[in-house]
Amino acid sequence: MDWTAIALSVRLATIVALILLVLGLPIAYWLTFSKWRGKFLVEGVVALPLVLPPTVLGLYVLMAIGSQSPIGRAWTAWTGHGLAFTFEGLVLASILYSLPFAVQPFASAFSQVDTTLLDASATLGASRWRTFQRIVLPLSVEGIVTGLVLSFAHTLGEFGVVLMVGGNLPGITRTVSISIYDQVQAFQYGAAHKTALLLLAFSFAVLASVYAILRKPWAVPALS
Amino acid sequence: MSARLTASIRKRLSDHFTLDVALDEAQGITIVFGASGSGKSTLLRCLSGLLTPESGEVRVGATTLFDSGRAINLSPQHRNMGYVFQQLALFPHMSVERNMAYGVPHLTPPERQKRIASTAERFGIAHLLARKPGAISGGERQRVALARALVSDPHLLLLDEPLSGLDHTTQSRIIDDLRAWNAAHDIPILYVTHSHREVFALGERVVVLENGRVLAKGTPQEVMDAPAHETLAQLAGFENFFTGVVTGRRPDLGVMQCRLNGTTTELEIPLADIEVGAPVRVAIRAGDILLANQEPRGLSARNVLPGTLVFTVQEGPTVVARIDAGIFFTVHLTPGAMETLHLRPQCPVWLVVKTHSCRLVAL
Repeated sequence: MDWTAIALSVRLATIVALILLVLGLPIAYWLTFSKWRGKFLVEGVVALPLVLPPTVLGLYVLMAIGSQSPIGRAWTAWTGHGLAFTFEGLVLASILYSLPFAVQPFASAFSQVDTTLLDASATLGASRWRTFQRIVLPLSVEGIVTGLVLSFAHTLGEFGVVLMVGGNLPGITRTVSISIYDQVQAFQYGAAHKTALLLLAFSFAVLASVYAILRKPWAVPALS
Repeated sequence: MSARLTASIRKRLSDHFTLDVALDEAQGITIVFGASGSGKSTLLRCLSGLLTPESGEVRVGATTLFDSGRAINLSPQHRNMGYVFQQLALFPHMSVERNMAYGVPHLTPPERQKRIASTAERFGIAHLLARKPGAISGGERQRVALARALVSDPHLLLLDEPLSGLDHTTQSRIIDDLRAWNAAHDIPILYVTHSHREVFALGERVVVLENGRVLAKGTPQEVMDAPAHETLAQLAGFENFFTGVVTGRRPDLGVMQCRLNGTTTELEIPLADIEVGAPVRVAIRAGDILLANQEPRGLSARNVLPGTLVFTVQEGPTVVARIDAGIFFTVHLTPGAMETLHLRPQCPVWLVVKTHSCRLVAL
């Protein structure tokens, strides 16, 4: 069993999910409440990773962070090494790749908050920020947890983008999906199966426990 | 301190609807009355700053909340008003106490506690403070919404049909509590409603809106009992409208006669400055017409019309009867009266209408 790859994948997915939480909430807020007419353009960009082949996304990310690009050069000047084929590069690519899986559940949760509550909050003297913290966020918890879990799970299982951007460096960019691919290529079906089964069980456990938390099957049904 | 609400507002919502209203209201309850779509809620939203008018001014006492000429437009957060929404908009994830505390974060905890306790006491919800809005009754929720809007001691209170959907007893209890609060905190209150019953129960003053404009204003008696227009009469609960022709005038008795169009039925109506031969429009409340199952004699009422009962329907505590007296009348009576009179469809009946129950409205 390739424990290094498993640990790397979990670390990557955790970091990406947390960054997407911080990044996705303001984006989702803006997408929900902005009255700008050109909003659909941004919505289109955010949803792009849903339809693009991972290889296309990976290729462009690779070009954007390569040593010839401004981003790559700036990164090298700052850290002393390049971005491509590093863990940091992988994080960046995964953030883009999983963006819609965080933003869309966030935005859909925000849009379901009754706007009268927001009006009431304003008439009670609360700033937009206070309204967001005290009203919008607590009433969107389910959507936020869903977005967090989906972006985690989606990053955990990604393959194409990782291969394009990260390559296959043990302990640095060899994630669990790539490890399984390697094992299959080397006809080590037993080892591949073990890793795959672990990933399957882990993914299921995470998803099921989140949905359990959201559904509260142990709670007494509320009287309407 | 006398802090009047003075406002003039122009807000265009669509090609067909522009709110164009001027108000000058003292402390106490002013009813804003109108059908749905007349602009009542839009008016409140403009006053609260949730909507920005194209032009106008809003002032409470010496404080200017909005002035298009001077480019002043305080945000809703800074207008120091209470607003109760028709949907109440209680925060479902907070207890009653936290809902009430929401508008007063600037107070010290002991001061806040004191304010919430006394307001909750006044509105009879002190025992509900720990509960969430989903776990209390409709009437209690309405009390909480009122109390929440008042904790911050606002200078203006805007109520958008705050008691709709409640039974009459609960409504009047809450109104009594609101009046008691208003006696201690002398601020202008705008109370929006489309129920003419609430207008009489509540207001010293009523402003009637129609299609974004003020149709009439005054005391409920002035505005609702002697409606100048048919739309107003409909709003005020008049059910019967007839067009007729003046056939005779008796200035000495303060009355005149008219014949209802398409019939030979003559009605005696209050005298007005209308010539013989000219058309008139008469409105009569269904509740102002008496019904008899034999021809009544020795009455002071001048209009006794024979007819036939067509049908009856029970609507809540009222029986609505349709009577054909050459022209159709709607009459309200109680189920008890219905029984005593042994009324059945096709029965002969007599309608009794006092002269002054016939209101002239503009054609």
